[in-house]
Amino acid sequence: MRDVAIVSAGMTKFGELWDASLRDMFAEAATEALRGARADHLDAVFIGNMSAGQFVGQEHIGPLLVDQLGMAGIAAGRVESACASGGLALRTAFAEVASGLSDLVMAAGVEKMTDATDVTEVLATASDQELEAYHGITFPGLYAMIARAHMEKHGTTVEDLSWVSVKNHRHGALNPKAQFPVEFTLEQVMHSSMVADPLRLLHCSPVSDGAAAVLLCPMDQARKYTDHPVRIRASGFATSSMALADRKDISFLDSVQLSAQRAYKMAGLTPADIQLAEVHDCFAIAEICCIEALGLVPCGQGKAAAHSGETAIGGRIPVNTSGGLKAKGHPVGATGIAQAIEICEQLRGEAGARQVKGARIGLAQNMGGSGASSIVHIFEGS
Amino acid sequence: MPSPRYWREIPNRFRLEAVRCRTCGKVSFPARALCPGCRGNDFEQIHLSREGTVITSTVLSVAPDEFAMETPYAMAIVETPEGARLMAQLVDCEPEDVKPGLAVALEFRLIRQEGHGGILCYGHKAVPAGV
Repeated sequence: MRDVAIVSAGMTKFGELWDASLRDMFAEAATEALRGARADHLDAVFIGNMSAGQFVGQEHIGPLLVDQLGMAGIAAGRVESACASGGLALRTAFAEVASGLSDLVMAAGVEKMTDATDVTEVLATASDQELEAYHGITFPGLYAMIARAHMEKHGTTVEDLSWVSVKNHRHGALNPKAQFPVEFTLEQVMHSSMVADPLRLLHCSPVSDGAAAVLLCPMDQARKYTDHPVRIRASGFATSSMALADRKDISFLDSVQLSAQRAYKMAGLTPADIQLAEVHDCFAIAEICCIEALGLVPCGQGKAAAHSGETAIGGRIPVNTSGGLKAKGHPVGATGIAQAIEICEQLRGEAGARQVKGARIGLAQNMGGSGASSIVHIFEGS
Repeated sequence: MPSPRYWREIPNRFRLEAVRCRTCGKVSFPARALCPGCRGNDFEQIHLSREGTVITSTVLSVAPDEFAMETPYAMAIVETPEGARLMAQLVDCEPEDVKPGLAVALEFRLIRQEGHGGILCYGHKAVPAGV
């Protein structure tokens, strides 16, 4: 396998982008990435997208979107793993370059959610339609069950969950691309409207529009495009049972652990080597479960990390310096790419007020459904 | 949901049909082609008991359109004595009283109505045992 680098990135602001269509957002992110590398061609494009078919009634978006770049003819297709579609697009592009199949490849993600009227129902298609959604459960409901199981087993409290939101909004307030770049107090989070007990509105990531794109090439060609390539040290991918009921321990995300173990092994690293991480905080409880399953904190100890400042910028292991899905927004297919972009900016020392000093090794973890799929990438700055 | 898709699920939704693997003993609900425990395909067909205990739960305040009139309502993962786990709405009690370990009975109930014609779709809901 060849060493692979990320050489350029582009992304839209995340939010309710009423003036922008699916294709507008993709074109904006993709052209920014191409301009950044002064690249006039691509060999292939992989686009992470959960459900353009249901959100905007458009399938077959590979050719649609590269045509917007004036690049009809190149290899282009959509990849899907629900909310982990962006992470899977990155992994697919990584494999395409590492294998020698292509030299200059774009990994992109895009989701246009605000054109849809039934967003909750569309998102619920990432759960088991026959065994879960049929009976009236929603995604916040599934994560609420995980939260209650975590509370039962580890003594986690609603206040612990709320500190995750407070911390991520503090980070997001420093991110000009964030959908909600504002801070909330603990009281505001704990008194926001109930969605699925114990999860309240401010424990949940929002409905968002957005697109993000990165360019990948072999490490030994990276200097043609940038002075600051970021090496992809590893890619780990794993699945778990689709139905939450079939997990042995409902409070533990085993696909996250498995995908991380595969990535650590490939990189020859351990959790102690990771200096910052973007994790999939679709709901506050998910960040607690993810940092445990990634090995960034001991199992059962995730609950205190946000309040103690351990996972804040300036703490031992900053998590979701971008604001995470919670504050930055969660256009589902774009999220995995946006996470990679945040880590790249940090490793290039370009994260401004969010900069983690001396960051050299970072991790991004992107998750699908109630944890039925998880993808971990580990990055190293130059 | 067109009716063929609905009636394909009748064995598990109406009769709680499951399978027990003759190789490793794992119970799968609904039946599968391959055992998720050992990948074997030698099964004994069983019916789940119409009872179980709550493993974990939540109370939904925001629901899909078809269930919006029912909020707030409790949903739970229920484990039957055979070791199968299933997702079910928990009714006939105060939603906030649902706790892990609660003994429940599984009752055949109307679950939802599909489409403009309002086709009635059935399945099982959980109710506190002895109520």
